[in-house]
Amino acid sequence: MQQAFEVLIGAIPYLLGGTGLTVAAVVGGMLIGLALGLPMAVAEVYGPAPLRWLVRLYVWFFRGVPILVLLFLFYFGLFQALGWNVDALTAATIVLGMASGAYQSQIFRGSIESLSKGQFRAASALGFTDRQAIVSIVLPQAARLSLPGWSNEYSILLKDSALAFVLGATEIMARTQFVATRTYQHLALSLAACGIYFVLTWAGVRALRMLERRVAVPGFGQQEARA
Amino acid sequence: MSQTPILAVEALSKTLGGKTILENVSFAVRRGEMKVLIGPSGGGKSTLLQCLNFLHVPDAGTVRLDGQAIDPRARKALYAYRQQVGMIFQDYNLFDHLNALDNVALALRKVKGMPRAVAEERARAELARVGLSDKEKLYPAELSGGQKQRVSIARALAMDPKVMLLDEPTAALDPELIGEVLTVIRGLARDGMTMIMATHQMGFVRSMADEILFMQEGRVIEQGTPEMLLDADSGSRTLDFCTHLAEFEAGA
Repeated sequence: MQQAFEVLIGAIPYLLGGTGLTVAAVVGGMLIGLALGLPMAVAEVYGPAPLRWLVRLYVWFFRGVPILVLLFLFYFGLFQALGWNVDALTAATIVLGMASGAYQSQIFRGSIESLSKGQFRAASALGFTDRQAIVSIVLPQAARLSLPGWSNEYSILLKDSALAFVLGATEIMARTQFVATRTYQHLALSLAACGIYFVLTWAGVRALRMLERRVAVPGFGQQEARA
Repeated sequence: MSQTPILAVEALSKTLGGKTILENVSFAVRRGEMKVLIGPSGGGKSTLLQCLNFLHVPDAGTVRLDGQAIDPRARKALYAYRQQVGMIFQDYNLFDHLNALDNVALALRKVKGMPRAVAEERARAELARVGLSDKEKLYPAELSGGQKQRVSIARALAMDPKVMLLDEPTAALDPELIGEVLTVIRGLARDGMTMIMATHQMGFVRSMADEILFMQEGRVIEQGTPEMLLDADSGSRTLDFCTHLAEFEAGA
């Protein structure tokens, strides 16, 4: 018992370093997912047919394959074949981001489709171009409606990020296991990993909940549910 | 009245889903005139109004503003045209994420390219015009139906339209809120605004309409002044319809 504590305390700086890498992969993955998912959602709702098919194909592929398979496919397969020399953590961030983009596009699409068509028509009637109406009317509302789903996506992506371990990225999971195999304190270190993931989930979801409150508009959201 | 009409509609037709919604509709609106569309629901009033600013693109026919035919495929010209034709919807269609002031100011900034301060000053003036100066910080969900419709009128007025299209602006309102919206519209008429309005508020129609267009099954069946069409012994379809409407409302 005491030995377990000593191992844990001694490993803290090392595990915190891993935590930083996990956070970097998750934040990076969420942002890549946002950069991919938002335009894909807009394309799927407003785009011409070929673009819609392309988005559906993308979503179908990335939602249909396990993250672990995607990580192998891109890191050991595609990136190697392209002569792309990226480290494991960067590769994991990109793959997580691409997969998250598929899920995020569906979160945003759902929000966009839940908005009343009337506001878009009102904007058109005022002389807005379609692009202006999407940017100024549709997206600010869709983003607010998407925050709960986005927060959920964060908590899923955070836990998926543990898979980066298999590529050799030295994130939380990898570092707890390295220490465990050297010290035989498997239970203590696995519990430590649990604790770190738990805190990161809690902190991230809480931060997004605060953001949700900050950008809340009186009556907005409830009103959509009623309509 | 020899001046060219401000808005001229020539042989407008529209088919939606295999059903003829508008059939060869023609009329002209003079500057400062109030035209009222009356008729049973599904008669084409709403589609006609939406065709006038190309929210629906007509299959055939021409719309002219100040003699200039509008080609909806010329997007730039279409956006410029729409700025000159204000539209009021039955269900307001305010932007739900913006307060009253921003609802009015947004198009001034994004479409007309005004700096924020100038746009807001103009928006405040328009909100004052519809009697909502004290509500500029409130969001749509915090406004009554009548107030929402007045904000939407202010939003349209801010664009300096030459013509306003009003699609049953009081139909979604509780009876006690109809008056405040009609008062604003009366004020616009007094200030010389040209308007085409679908409504069944017969008291308003009698006192305000310069001409009534009675629409049924996508066609203008009758056309004339309220005196001509609503006189007790005119024998018009319009009068017949309005009598039934009144009976229905009295019975309801």
